[in-house]
Amino acid sequence: MLVSILHRATGVAMAVAGVPILTWWLAATAAGAESYATFRHVFFEVAGGAIGWVVGIGLTLALFLHMGNGVRHLFLDAGALFELRRNKLSALAVLAFGATATVLFWFFVGVVK
Amino acid sequence: MRTAIGRVRGLGSAKQGTHHWWNQRLTAGSNLLLMLWFVLLLARLPAYDYATVRETLRSAWVAVPLLLLIGSVVYHFRLGLQVVIEDYQHNESRVVAMVVLNLYAAAIVVIAGFSILKIAFGAAA
Repeated sequence: MLVSILHRATGVAMAVAGVPILTWWLAATAAGAESYATFRHVFFEVAGGAIGWVVGIGLTLALFLHMGNGVRHLFLDAGALFELRRNKLSALAVLAFGATATVLFWFFVGVVK
Repeated sequence: MRTAIGRVRGLGSAKQGTHHWWNQRLTAGSNLLLMLWFVLLLARLPAYDYATVRETLRSAWVAVPLLLLIGSVVYHFRLGLQVVIEDYQHNESRVVAMVVLNLYAAAIVVIAGFSILKIAFGAAA
């Protein structure tokens, strides 16, 4: 139930927020150093980079949750995971994957590098 | 006066449901591969300054998969948001929402695609 609603919410969030930000990043890079500096300013410098952290962590969490549940849906399409216990376990696995992958991504970007 | 056949013509299934469903799955698969690649690319970038990003995106090995990613992602969300619109919007507002969605998807494809090509084909910075 929760994972099903999250799938829709994360999909809509990425489509209306993630995709424009990705497009802005590409367009700013194409437009030149000055445009790129504006993009960088908003996500890296305003409020100590708070916007970048919130949006970045939010979007990666949305991506990994949607990705994990998308794979789960491919199993459902094949007719698997309809038993109550396995269905619930796979939904919990999606939540665990989303959280773990997000933590690993930001740990790698923020600490390891 | 309308005949019985005249009243029902144009109603019912548009016969595109299977096509929609299947393409949603196809782009789910391509999104999975392309987004995993893109997330790893972003994570492994040595820095996020203009010069580094531009040099990275100039490579054909990055520009081509990135174009595929934009196409796959936009097609996928175009199909997904259509389902959301069909669930919550009815009558005229549904038509308006669908038109807005189509224009939005087209604008994203063109802006992102043009940007990627401009970077890839542009002179060295």
